Formats: sequence, structure tokens, C-alpha cells
Amino acid sequence: MTTSPRRPSVTALVAAAALVLAGCGSGGSDARTIRIVGFAVPEAANTAIAEKFEQTPEGEGVRFTTSYGPSGDQSRAVVNGLKADYVHLSVATDVDRLVDAGLVDDTWDDGPNRGIVSTSVVVLGVRDGNPKNIRSWADLTRPGVEIVTANPASSGAARWNALAAWGSVTSAGGSEAEATEYVDKLFENVVSLTNSGRDATQSFLGGTGDVLLAYENEAILAAQNGQGFDYVVPDTTVLIENPGAILTKHSPAAEAWLRFVLGETGQRELALKGFRPLDLEQPGVADLDAVGLKGSDIKGAPDSSDPFPTVKNLLTLTDDFGGPGWGGVKDKLFGDGKDGAPVGIVTEAIAKSGKAAQ
Amino acid sequence: MTSTLPPGTAPEGTPRQGRPERLRPALPGTLTRTSGLGLGIAMLWFSLLVLIPLCAVVVTASEGGWANFWRAITNEQTRAAIALTLQAAVAVTLVNVVVGTMIAWVLVRDRFWGKGVLEVVIDVPFALPTIVAGLVLLSLYGKDDSPLGIDVANSGASVYLAFLFVTLPFVVRMVQPVLEELDPEVEEAAASLGASRLTTFRRVVLPALTPAIAAGAALSFARGVGEYGSLVLLSGNLPFTSEVASVRILGAVESDNPAAAASVATLLLVVSLLTIVALDVLQRRVGDRG
Repeated sequence: MTTSPRRPSVTALVAAAALVLAGCGSGGSDARTIRIVGFAVPEAANTAIAEKFEQTPEGEGVRFTTSYGPSGDQSRAVVNGLKADYVHLSVATDVDRLVDAGLVDDTWDDGPNRGIVSTSVVVLGVRDGNPKNIRSWADLTRPGVEIVTANPASSGAARWNALAAWGSVTSAGGSEAEATEYVDKLFENVVSLTNSGRDATQSFLGGTGDVLLAYENEAILAAQNGQGFDYVVPDTTVLIENPGAILTKHSPAAEAWLRFVLGETGQRELALKGFRPLDLEQPGVADLDAVGLKGSDIKGAPDSSDPFPTVKNLLTLTDDFGGPGWGGVKDKLFGDGKDGAPVGIVTEAIAKSGKAAQ
Repeated sequence: MTSTLPPGTAPEGTPRQGRPERLRPALPGTLTRTSGLGLGIAMLWFSLLVLIPLCAVVVTASEGGWANFWRAITNEQTRAAIALTLQAAVAVTLVNVVVGTMIAWVLVRDRFWGKGVLEVVIDVPFALPTIVAGLVLLSLYGKDDSPLGIDVANSGASVYLAFLFVTLPFVVRMVQPVLEELDPEVEEAAASLGASRLTTFRRVVLPALTPAIAAGAALSFARGVGEYGSLVLLSGNLPFTSEVASVRILGAVESDNPAAAASVATLLLVVSLLTIVALDVLQRRVGDRG
């Protein structure tokens, strides 16, 4: 057998590989492109905002490239070199990671909106007609109530759920010991701890559990996509604040884009997809007039006359948990024992719930 | 029964067919230019895709120091997750060895209506995105709407079920071609010499299949250890009950603790490596005897 006929094909292969590698290196950006990296949920809203932005003088001719996925993964991807001009993430700790990596100025949250571009609240998803009569956080620890939630250990966004549960006790004057006891009991009732909010919704829609710890905006968006479920807005819950930031190195159009997202049109499109429009005076109180909408414009909300009901006791990171930011509760609730540090209360509750079930 | 050999079959006593002599290197350590280039590309490819990333995992694990490595893998919840993963991978592999061989046997030796369809369907677990596999399993074996009345969702059993699903093709696909090459007349010869069916299977068929079964088992085990996608909706990831090692790794990553993530990954890597080596040794032993 002669081997010479093989050689050209090997050479061709190497040449092709070299071309592919060279091609990867040349993908640059230009001044009229905005690269958005975000968590999965606001994709629909951002797409709608981008269409409107392109019709403004500042946005004329701007092109967008987008990447959406789990918040933590997206943040780590940017640290590891994914190019971005604008990030829209689920929790501020994911932006902090970019600040630590020197990719975002630490002044990103100095503005009047404190770096927040979209808001929502934690709600309790229930089965049709609410057969277990779930009204408040206290109902979740009743025996026989099965809970589905994303795992606060593996999903940054799920930390809002756990924070709301914790805050429901502490804000009512409960001690930390009582709040810990409540969180322990809550996780004893958890039957599915998924790795992301979307998986939790899928699992709930697949028939698991009586209660889904969910976000109002995701519930509304799910209903718009024909996958809706009933939900209850408890009297006490947490204001979810999703941060948006421009990277230190950004295309010039990105600044105009962020202003546009925070402006009336941007917030209107976010509201249409289920987010509560930003309200700097009264966070979490949805003033639809201010963004030129009526209640009935919000499709998928259970009560079209009042799609974003006012929460009696709305907790915020800043006012109730030592914020702004997560510094006041991150390690206390969610620490994973790295370098021998004490394990967080929620992390511990999850471990305890498993052992109790054994 | 006549035992005329089909044309092309080597008569008893001639050396087993191997590679033609001239394709082997003339002396150990000498390579022709072409084979040298081939080896170079193979090693480069393998290094870029496998060796260097694996080294990076081990290096990341070592960055936290021995104390952190030990703490990461002895964390009670992590230990339970690793134990469940390995138990399920071993159990599922043993099942695959038996059932997979049987399916391969049926596919090769039996003729039946719909065989062609089954042939294709076997590969579906390979082709299906694992998250879809999870959805399918959840709709069939999940709560409430299980048309089969079986509910394993959010239990330890769901891990076994998901592993069984995704690892099904490995043994079948390794054994099938070997079985196709295996001449049924050899078994007939054994039978004509008075061997029982069991003896024929044990002494004639099984030794020929063992290397393929071992190779399939190694793949099946390794796949099980690393499985993640098909479980995300089905298992509920309940600590100490249905949480697997890869979920613990994900948790450590999300908590910005890459050293802990890499520590668990390194442990799984070592276990998988040992298993693959052990099965490879078994494969060679039996192969040599045959």
C-alpha cells in the first residue's frame, strides 16, 4: 500500500484548520454595534426595545448582537472573554463579578436608579383554583404542601426566593432564629430543587408540587407564551431588582441604549413583557400611566384591571437587607463554606432538609 | 448437519487474521514520515481537546490546597451526591451489560417485523438532546399525568432511570458488529460436538463478545458519571436523595468556588479513569486468551 495519496488531504486539513482559527480572530466590533449579554428572561423585552431604539436618531443604523442564558453563566462568560457592551443580569452580584474583573466601573450603580434596569416581585405559583389555599409565606410550611423552587445554591436568581422567605419572618419582627427555623421548614417541603428558574417552571408545569416560587414577570411571560399558571402575590414579598450596566470598554451607542432602556419606551416594553416599570420614588409600585399603558395592555396577568397589584409590605435589598447590593446577606444566607467560612443559613437548610428526608 | 465452511473462512489451525505484516512498523521506535505526521496530529488534537483541559481541571483543584480539596469532597452533601452518582452508574452499567447484549443478540440473530425501526430507535438516546430526554421521561414517569401510573420524579430512582435511558445504546452498539462477525456455524460446530447451549454461549460466544461488552460498559459508566442534562427536570436535585455530583459541581461554580468544583470533578475523573483502565485490562486479557 502506498501512502503518498494521503498527504495532500492532510495538508488540506491543516490549512483548513488554520483558516478557521484565523477567521475566529477577526470578529471585531464597530461603533454602531451593541453587544448585549443578558439573562434569559428579558430577551423578548430587549428585542422589542431594540426595535424601538433603531427608530430613534441615536439608534439609527445600530445593530445588535445578543447572547442570553443563565445569569451567573453569562457573567462568568464575560469575565472569560465574551465581548459585551451592555449586560442585563438577574442579580447585582453577577455585575460585581465584572467589577472585580475590571470590566465594569465601580461607579455603575451610582446613578439614581442604582444600576437597576428592570424590577419584579417574588410570587407564589399555585395549581388552578389554588386547591391548597396558599395565601402567604406561612402557608408554605404546612404539612403536605409540596414546593418547587430553583436551588439558591446553583441559581443566583433563586436567591430572591430564599430572601423573600427569610424576609417574610424578619420583617414581621421575627428573630433570626425564628427566620432560620422557618427557612428550615420551608426547605423540608421542597420536592424539587432545579438549577434554574426556567427548569423550576418546567418541573411545576410537568405536574410536580403544589407551589412554585416564581417571579411575577416570568409568570406573565409564561402566560403570554401559553404556559401560564395561577399565582398569588403575598402580602410580604421581595422586590427583584435586575441590574444593567455598560462595560468600561463599550461602543459609543451603548450609553444611549442604556438611557433608552431606562426611559419611558424602554420601561413600557419591559412592562408589556411582565416587568414592573421602574419607579424611583416608590420602588415596585407600577405606575402604568407614566409609561403610557393601561392595565389591560399587560397580557397574561391574572387581573387585567390591576396587572401589578401593590404589595402591602414590599421588602428591598436596600431598606431591609443591609443593601444596596447583596453584601449584607450573601454570606450569611448563601455562603458555601469556602475556605472554612461558616455555611450560610439557606445552604444549611437545604442540607438539613435532605438529611431529614433520609 | 454438514459443516462445510463458507468460502473465505480460514480453516482451523491457520493463524488468526490480523493486520498484514507490512503495515506494522519495522522496528519499535521508527516511524515513516507519514505515520510520524499522523501521530503528531493525533497527539496535538488529543492534547488540545482532552489532555490540556483535564490538566487544567486538576490544576484548578490543587489551587485551593489539600485542605480545601479534602473539605470539598468530604462535604456531607457532596459525598452523598458522589456516592449516588457512582452507585447508579455501576448499577446501570451492570444492567446494560446484560440487557444491552441481549438487545444486540436480538437485533443480529432474530428476524422480526419492525427490526429496521428498532435498529434506528436504539440510537435515539444518543441523538436526543438530554434536556429533551428529561422532558420525555418526566412526562412519562412524572407525577399526576404519568400515563403509565409510574411516578419516579424527584426520587433516587429517577437518577437510575435517566442513566438507563442515556446509556442504553453503548453496549448494544459495541456488541452488535462483533456479533455480526461471529459465525453462527462455530456455535453449530460446538453444538454438534455435544456442547449444551449454555456451554456454547459461555465458552464460545461470550469470550468473543467480552472485549466489546467491556468497552461498552466503560462508555456507559463514564457517561453515567458525567450525566447532567436528562436529570435537571426529572430528579429534583434533592440533597441526599436525588442530587448527583454534576449538580454539586454546578453549585460550586455558581458560588464562585471553582476550586471546590474542580475538586469534585477531579475525583470523578480519577474514578472514571480507573474504571476505564480496569475494563480495558479485562478486555485485553480476554482478547489475548481468545
